[in-house]
Amino acid sequence: MADGGSRQSGGYIGQSVPRREDNNLLLGNATFVADIQLPRMAHVAFARSSLPHAKIKSVDTDSANGLNGVLFVATGKEVSAELPPINGMQVVTPEGWRSRVDTDILIPDQPLIPDDKVRYVGEAYGLVVADSRYIAEDALELLEADFEPLQPLPDAETALIDGAALVHDHLGRNVAAFLHTKKGGGADAMDDAPHRLRRRFVHHRYAAMPMECRGVVADYDARTDTLTIWSSTQIVHWVRREVSTALGMPEERVRCIAPDVGGGFGGKGHVYPEDILIAWLSKKLGRPIKWIEDRHEHILNAAHSRDNVYDVEIGFDSDGRILTVTSSFLVDSGAYTPVGAGIAGNSIAHMLGPYDIPNYETDCKIVLTNRTPNAPYRGAGRPEVGFAMERAVDLVANELELDPAEVRFRNMIQPENMPYDVGLTYRDGVPMVYDSGDYPKALQRAIDELGGLDTIRQRQKDALTEGHFLGLGLGCYVEGTGVGPFEGATVKIDPTGKIIVATGACPQGQGHETIFAQVAADLWQVPIEDVFVTVADTGHVSQGYGTIASRSTVTASGAIKIATDEVHEKVFAIAANMLEAGEPDLEVRESGIGVKGVPDMHVTYLDIARAAKPGWDNQRPAGVSPGLESTSYYEPPTVTWAYAANAAIVLIDPETGQIEIERYVEVHDAGVLVNPALADGQVKGGLVQGIGGGLLEELAYDDQGQLITGSLMDYLLPSASDVPPITVIHHETPSPLNAFGVKGLGEGGAIAPPVVIANAVCDALRPFKAELNSTPVRWGDVAAFFENSV
Amino acid sequence: MNNHKSINVTVNDEKYSGEAEDRTLLVDFLRDHLRLTGTHVGCEHGVCGACTIILNGTAARSCLMFAVQANDATIQTIEGLAKGGTMHPLQKLFSKHHALQCGFCTPGMLMTAIDLVHSRTNLSEEDIREGMSAALCRCTGYEGIINAVSEYAEQISSEGSING
Amino acid sequence: MKPATFQYLAPDNLQGAMEYLSENAPDANLLAGGQSLVPMMNFRLARPKVLIDLNLIPELAFIREDKNHLVIGAMTRERDIENDKLVHEHSPLLHRATLNIGHLPIRSRGTIGGSIANADPAAEYPAVILALDASLKALSVRGAREIPAEEFFEGALSTALDADEILTEIRIPKAPEDSGAAFEEIARRKGDFALAGVAAQVTLKKGIVKGVRVAACGVGAGPIRLRNAEEIVRGQSITDELIAAAGHAASAEVEPEGDVHATADYRRKLAGIMTRRAILKAIECAKGPE
Repeated sequence: MADGGSRQSGGYIGQSVPRREDNNLLLGNATFVADIQLPRMAHVAFARSSLPHAKIKSVDTDSANGLNGVLFVATGKEVSAELPPINGMQVVTPEGWRSRVDTDILIPDQPLIPDDKVRYVGEAYGLVVADSRYIAEDALELLEADFEPLQPLPDAETALIDGAALVHDHLGRNVAAFLHTKKGGGADAMDDAPHRLRRRFVHHRYAAMPMECRGVVADYDARTDTLTIWSSTQIVHWVRREVSTALGMPEERVRCIAPDVGGGFGGKGHVYPEDILIAWLSKKLGRPIKWIEDRHEHILNAAHSRDNVYDVEIGFDSDGRILTVTSSFLVDSGAYTPVGAGIAGNSIAHMLGPYDIPNYETDCKIVLTNRTPNAPYRGAGRPEVGFAMERAVDLVANELELDPAEVRFRNMIQPENMPYDVGLTYRDGVPMVYDSGDYPKALQRAIDELGGLDTIRQRQKDALTEGHFLGLGLGCYVEGTGVGPFEGATVKIDPTGKIIVATGACPQGQGHETIFAQVAADLWQVPIEDVFVTVADTGHVSQGYGTIASRSTVTASGAIKIATDEVHEKVFAIAANMLEAGEPDLEVRESGIGVKGVPDMHVTYLDIARAAKPGWDNQRPAGVSPGLESTSYYEPPTVTWAYAANAAIVLIDPETGQIEIERYVEVHDAGVLVNPALADGQVKGGLVQGIGGGLLEELAYDDQGQLITGSLMDYLLPSASDVPPITVIHHETPSPLNAFGVKGLGEGGAIAPPVVIANAVCDALRPFKAELNSTPVRWGDVAAFFENSV
Repeated sequence: MNNHKSINVTVNDEKYSGEAEDRTLLVDFLRDHLRLTGTHVGCEHGVCGACTIILNGTAARSCLMFAVQANDATIQTIEGLAKGGTMHPLQKLFSKHHALQCGFCTPGMLMTAIDLVHSRTNLSEEDIREGMSAALCRCTGYEGIINAVSEYAEQISSEGSING
Repeated sequence: MKPATFQYLAPDNLQGAMEYLSENAPDANLLAGGQSLVPMMNFRLARPKVLIDLNLIPELAFIREDKNHLVIGAMTRERDIENDKLVHEHSPLLHRATLNIGHLPIRSRGTIGGSIANADPAAEYPAVILALDASLKALSVRGAREIPAEEFFEGALSTALDADEILTEIRIPKAPEDSGAAFEEIARRKGDFALAGVAAQVTLKKGIVKGVRVAACGVGAGPIRLRNAEEIVRGQSITDELIAAAGHAASAEVEPEGDVHATADYRRKLAGIMTRRAILKAIECAKGPE
């Protein structure tokens, strides 16, 4: 039987194999959803609310319908009559979680187009189908909509006031979920702590903002009663499920494909109304329909993220040992919560990080407001909670006049205590046990990479004597990755002897086709060119889950392995028959199976494929069915635990408050790396996004619920000039939880930078006892510290 | 009400004739009328650079021009970089340095880089970083892109010195 | 976002352009580089019925000199200004300001006339021409007139140009010998709109500031000539105290508004810092070899 295939000499796993995806992308031959052109294709534009909260009294479509080139117009009235809302919680929480975390969940379903109220600026209240997007937008201006404005709920605080207007009247409250959990003595243990400190931490609203906006093309074929949907999405199987439910069609008759996808980062990780509406339109109008989101729509309407307020109390002793952590936090979820309690569930689970803390209690309110819906974005709750915790650790250090590094070392779980029972439950319903890793080693390495603590502190002292301000910022976290419920894969040997792999992963730049080709090539011992991989197509693998939550390397590889093992059983049985040898005497080698120790006795997969065929002249032994194919599912027992230690040195301009990151180091451990170059790219890409979140990016609302930052001129994405010198060091502590020893790594880079930057700036401003407990970290606020002192 | 003009334009050394409404953006003309979908639309406000092409010798954002303005113009897009089945040196370097992940920004990056590198000599790494900040990438963190463009700049300047 | 319908007119000479504009104003826009106008049109915030393209009029793009001035055609591309020898030699301030404008692809299309006529409060060129007391030539079917920079800017995105007038050329006094120039700008990212930008040109004679011109962008409804700051250093030998005082004067002279990128107070402070840095840098350039 094949083993995990890792670390064999000559193996592909562990090699930085060049990407097979690059060719098309570099030549301009890619197919993003906007590139799809079909005969008779018509174009959609959505009328979007410019009010944050209003009753829809009427929408008159006559003028719009009368415009030359307009084919169809619909408002909430027509849509609600024909199509049900999307189930409010697309990620179902398993019973194991709900039984251990106290929950009170009332999540609103999301109408595809509402007919009662609009609930955020950007929500659609109508749509137009026309010969071109240009004409469709002209027609939008002819829709006559009559709104009655209602009290806007521009933020969570307002939404929680007694007597505030309700975002969803039928829920009776503006809290979509209350969550609570505890460990050890919980809040009661706080009284025993010799020292306590309390702070509020704010993590502002920002978003995935991929370079490619969303888009859907749907084509209904009447002859076969089949819908094909191309969506720029991370979850093709969820889209298929929702469309099949909404339109009453068997899933088998709905095919969803994500073609080339230009970034997702979580923002394309759930089903949006447009995924269903475009499919519906194609079936209804009998022609291909295309909708491509423009950037302004994207900023208003595609999911936002973060937007948390934490009230934290830490109880600790005089050595800086943290004894009790309590937190009460709010998530501003906007008008809907498509991934339900997922983000908050992550935050709850990840607060204690890599530290050994005996007592913890947390409660959370997921608050409905008139902001754009909040859904996961790279990190998904971990940046928010990490900001609170890692700032708190620095504050503990400040109180005791200890080095923040020292406080971390004193609290970290030691490697000899792994696997470590955290005493909490992950959102997959399984008790959390950190599987493997060495947290102190990672932190030490990060600090050493910057020169070592003594050197850095000396530099800092010397700088101060010259009126220069230099700071060291640290940020450590652990990250549950590779979450279930499952992933699917189909593995087959083609009649031509090639290895065909299909899996439910949906890449948006991760290089999955390459990575899974590496895995399969190692499992089958074939040249990688003989492995053909299809991803992101429900037509190729019957059940799949998708690419969110840093899960695909773990779960898709797992599914590929199970499917491979199943096909191997048959392959061995048939090869044994062909070679007239016993199965124990056979081994996988050289694109086939051979008898151990006998180079000449060997059959190729092509030979075996021919032998396996159904019908006459096959060479299958009795009891072995025809075909060499398996569709299998990996249901991970629980998550694997990636982790990282981040350290950065910043320099502050005392006049302008500008922050220069002199160097940023991340020591990151995601277990065995399938493709080191691609892993590196993921971590660095995430890291730069985190820097954007810490310093530049902001989705700002005014007190009337209007989004002030509505274009890329105001929503500032990091450019090449904004990237500091970055070093990423990979530690590879294999996970004991799967055959390959892999952990997930898509999100990690984005988790720590905001808190690392805040900690570094506060460290630099130590002479002013500066505290910066919210993001983004602003130059103006930094400059203010200098002018407030003489 | 429909204002249309005929447009004659040379794209990647091929002559095209077409017709477009006055308001049709150049990027939409290239993508929808000429079926050259390699150039991408990222924002339509001239910030992201995904739509960057080379127009009459210099890089320009095709979302900020109307197709009619390109009448009699010479344009190069990503589809014109590879010649006779061989990738342009910069395309090869992008692959070598893992300068792309999702690939959506890549066409604009390539055209921006080619214009930058050919616009002046003696580009320092900081010059390249500044010049490439004209185009946004959300996936890579830019390291591979800067490395690829830097190596390309070195290639070009050493070729230049060989040719005297 | 796709623009609303308009009629596109592409005259190949100035007279034609003036006539089109005269017939269609105020429902017409002139299309120069398009880097500011077309995004507005794509957002449908600008919806001209008629768009008059100036890009096909060769006589509008040029850089010339006479004895005391540089004369630059309104349709001259920012990129060409950046690379031009006459500009480099005779108006280092204009050259330095150009380096701060956006990015290279934007400067490939953007024009000096377009930037000035658009009068974005954060734009660099309006500050430069105000500092240098340049003059703007406006042409219409009714005739020509010269508008001094001081009278040209009337508020955010608002100028003294009449609806039927085309800005055709900019006359910039050549930088005196013994002068140095600097443009100091702070923006959140390279190439972004300035939070505060200051243009300074200083003439030195034996260590004394003989002439000084300073103007700011990004800190008011339009560019602001910092006359109080100038007054403090004019005729003086530069000291740290004087520079600091000039910075304070600048902070008091500007009228910034706050937005999501920076509060008004912070912009005011930045104006002072950029003024100090610009004056010091200009003095350094005046002293040393260019």
